[in-house]
Amino acid sequence: MFYPQSHPWSDGESLTGYLERRGINRRDFLAWCAEITAMLGLASAVTPRVAEALVAQKRPSVIWLQLQECTGCVESVLRSEAPTIGDLVLDLVSLDYQHTLMAGAGKQVEDALRAAEEKNHGQYLLVVTGSIPLADNGIYCTVGGRTAKEILLEAGRGAKAVVAIGACAHWGSVQAAKPNPTGAVGVSEVLKDRAVVNIAGCPPIADVVTATIVHYLTFGRLPVTDYDGRPLFAYGARIHDQCNRRANFDAGQFVERFDDDAARRGWCLYHVGCKGPETFSPCPIFLWNDKTSWPIGAGHPCLGCTERHFWDTMTPFYGRLPNVGGFAVERYADTLGAALAIGATAGVAAHAAATGVHQYRERKRNLPVIESPDTEKGEPHGRH
Amino acid sequence: MAVTRVVVDPITRIEGHLRIEAQADAGRITGAWATSTQFRGIETIMQGRDPRDAWAFTQRICGVCTVVHAVASCRAVEDALDIRIPPNANLIRNLVHGMQFIQDHVIHFYHLHALDWVDVVSALSADPAGTARLAQSISPWPNNSATYFGEVKDRLKGFVGTGQLGIFTNGYWGHPAYKLPPEANLMAVAHYLEALDWQRDVIRLHTIFGGKNPHPNFLVGGMASAINLEGRATINAARLSEIHDLIARAGAFVEQVYWPDLLAIAGFYKEWGAIGGGTGNYLAVGEFPESDVRDLDSMYFPRGIVMNRDLTKVWPYEQQLVKEYISSSWYEYSKGDDAGLHPYEGETQAKYTGPATPWTYLQGEKKYSWMKAPRYDGHPMEVGPLARALVAFASGHRDVREMVKEVMDRLNVGPAALFSTLGRTAARGMETVLLARRMSHWYDALVGRIQSGDTRTHNGDKWDPSTWPMKAQGYGFLDAPRGALGHWVQIENQKIARYQCVVPSTWNCSPRDKEGQPGPYEAALMDHHPLVRPDQPLEILRTIHSFDPCMACGVHVLDATGAEVMSVKVQ
Repeated sequence: MFYPQSHPWSDGESLTGYLERRGINRRDFLAWCAEITAMLGLASAVTPRVAEALVAQKRPSVIWLQLQECTGCVESVLRSEAPTIGDLVLDLVSLDYQHTLMAGAGKQVEDALRAAEEKNHGQYLLVVTGSIPLADNGIYCTVGGRTAKEILLEAGRGAKAVVAIGACAHWGSVQAAKPNPTGAVGVSEVLKDRAVVNIAGCPPIADVVTATIVHYLTFGRLPVTDYDGRPLFAYGARIHDQCNRRANFDAGQFVERFDDDAARRGWCLYHVGCKGPETFSPCPIFLWNDKTSWPIGAGHPCLGCTERHFWDTMTPFYGRLPNVGGFAVERYADTLGAALAIGATAGVAAHAAATGVHQYRERKRNLPVIESPDTEKGEPHGRH
Repeated sequence: MAVTRVVVDPITRIEGHLRIEAQADAGRITGAWATSTQFRGIETIMQGRDPRDAWAFTQRICGVCTVVHAVASCRAVEDALDIRIPPNANLIRNLVHGMQFIQDHVIHFYHLHALDWVDVVSALSADPAGTARLAQSISPWPNNSATYFGEVKDRLKGFVGTGQLGIFTNGYWGHPAYKLPPEANLMAVAHYLEALDWQRDVIRLHTIFGGKNPHPNFLVGGMASAINLEGRATINAARLSEIHDLIARAGAFVEQVYWPDLLAIAGFYKEWGAIGGGTGNYLAVGEFPESDVRDLDSMYFPRGIVMNRDLTKVWPYEQQLVKEYISSSWYEYSKGDDAGLHPYEGETQAKYTGPATPWTYLQGEKKYSWMKAPRYDGHPMEVGPLARALVAFASGHRDVREMVKEVMDRLNVGPAALFSTLGRTAARGMETVLLARRMSHWYDALVGRIQSGDTRTHNGDKWDPSTWPMKAQGYGFLDAPRGALGHWVQIENQKIARYQCVVPSTWNCSPRDKEGQPGPYEAALMDHHPLVRPDQPLEILRTIHSFDPCMACGVHVLDATGAEVMSVKVQ
């Protein structure tokens, strides 16, 4: 398998010459492009176009803002398999502002940010991790003496497209869990007048992030998304429908306690709190960390971290979802999934960057009440 | 020469948001102020939650040291409810936490710290054959060929030739404080890139036991990954063999790349063994219990305190002597700004009193940070790899003493050089080597137990909340890659009533206390510290990065205030 990692292409060089100079044949390169194409859920006929775009002559500028966050999403992108972070940084894009990796500091990087914003105005891809605290004039997160909100508004003005990576940039995540003391919100709440693609998850899988960027490099626009701005190629399917323990669910084979006989057989985790039936996520397909495993694969129930407000709607994490019974699961889980999605915000109707936005149907908000795992009374979640 | 005011905001190549202000005079730093510029205020969020969920919430304090808060939280809840985890689960947690240390420290060295010492632009004029000779003289690593280093140089040259410097834009290239010859710079750049691929591979140990990284899953009472040699979706022989290989690959890179590089680079910067010492007080809570977390004697790294750089005496750690001050922090206490509160009485009431944004200077402000100032019996304390090494050394820890001797001999420096910027960076490397070796010990112990028929990974006796007392409280300590961490939990009526953390970067990045004593970052920057070009603060980055700041951890986010505890009682 070919990974573009030895030499960047130079100005005016032909694809053939470029590949030859790198000592690799075109077939290997196309195989790699085909892998990316498949990951994006595109028809294989598109592969040559991917290849063509990836050898563009000037690397597109990327400005990456890190706001109110834990840096887990940056760490996740460091784990990307194809392309690797090294490919991304050296060969595929020009990462012009990124706190965790930049050599300079202070004035030097703030100057670099300003220069990138001005020089590539209207052309750069804006990537954001972290939420924006709006309470008390935004004083709870500042960089270079400026508030997160101010920095985001400025960077948003010149961006060709905007990608919010992770639950914090998506909707606020843990600091936005009730009662959200700093007034943390996601990117789309600040950049209200434009499309924002949300790479959901706490954190998201690295390869979803890099595949989205490759999509952007290839087609000059971001991928088609669902009602919540999440790319369909990754978030179009429910965990429960893709789960390799689904057969155990259908057969009524459940783990009742951790490390019981059923757990040692790898049976379904629904009774110990799995949120797979109401979570749309690529985990079971993409898998994590070079396809090594995924949360359910390692015996722990899904926390539902790709869904808005999961810290409030999916807890207690070991509580059992109600009404996900037998073979009628489709009906229940569809209702649950749609209700969850609509629960948060409606500012997702128009995604100009996407050509085929999915229209979502307005449904009555009906958040599930999760039963406590061990008490017969099924005590409702206390904070609602 | 007039005093120059310096602002470095953002400090890059760290976790989170940090601002350093300084005053410099005639090439020396005469004053320093550390400001945490992020607050997430999660204090009320934990209340009323299921204690078994706490690990997941607290884990999200930090996505870099993505294991430590989760394990500390599990330990606190297990302490409160008197849950003993099975030995296999303890070994698995050691393996997961051990790999966290190894991967985190290597990433810190190459990707967060190296560019303070390595001039990337200088690498362009290196002779790859010379780099190969240098690399081969210090390590048998298979990639040490002139061809390999030539390819890296070409790649770098092509990159620079595009005119788009990306993350290397506006670096301090050519600064007189860079001392490495071009050949050594090229070696470091090659390993910077290699380490990016390596970290992605070895961290898969977390994915096997925890399902993903960052933020792998944990479980109160043990671990969720069941062991069954006959199982398809469990820890089986194939998975164990994979873990064995990951440990081997982690160890090979640490011993043949990271550690030789660190010593080689340190050899060019020995003067930094007399710079940036700081407070001189060191605290370690101990880590890697090899039997049970309650058995302090079974900790691989011991618990204890060293005061005033005196390595002849180790003091016991008494948690009741920890108090937090807010004299310089944007909070208010019900007892007034000069009160010191033990974590069990902790309050976190944010009250910003600084200037309106955008800021020009914060120096001169009475309050200037979101970080509180923890003090041990009134003293500022440094925590982290250096603290662990010094406490272990003073305790007579054989492995640590051997490593310290190796460093002294190889660099030809005396023990005083430990108390410095260089000492901190060397200590981080030393413990990485020791842990890379210790991983095999835990792996062998785990396999031995499985062979003897013990496959238990979870103790579910007290999983059901109806088995819990009406009231319970407990704490979990853990020495994380960045230093001493403590979680305290109080449980009432099966729910969290109060949850508190005192974390490594709160100790290290603390602002001045009511006595005006600076925190460890600040003290280090004022300890014989150069700053040759105030507009290019390379030396400040060296010392601050030697602590490996983790700011999201540092802001004291999880205290509950008294009023909120009352509201829970009313429910």
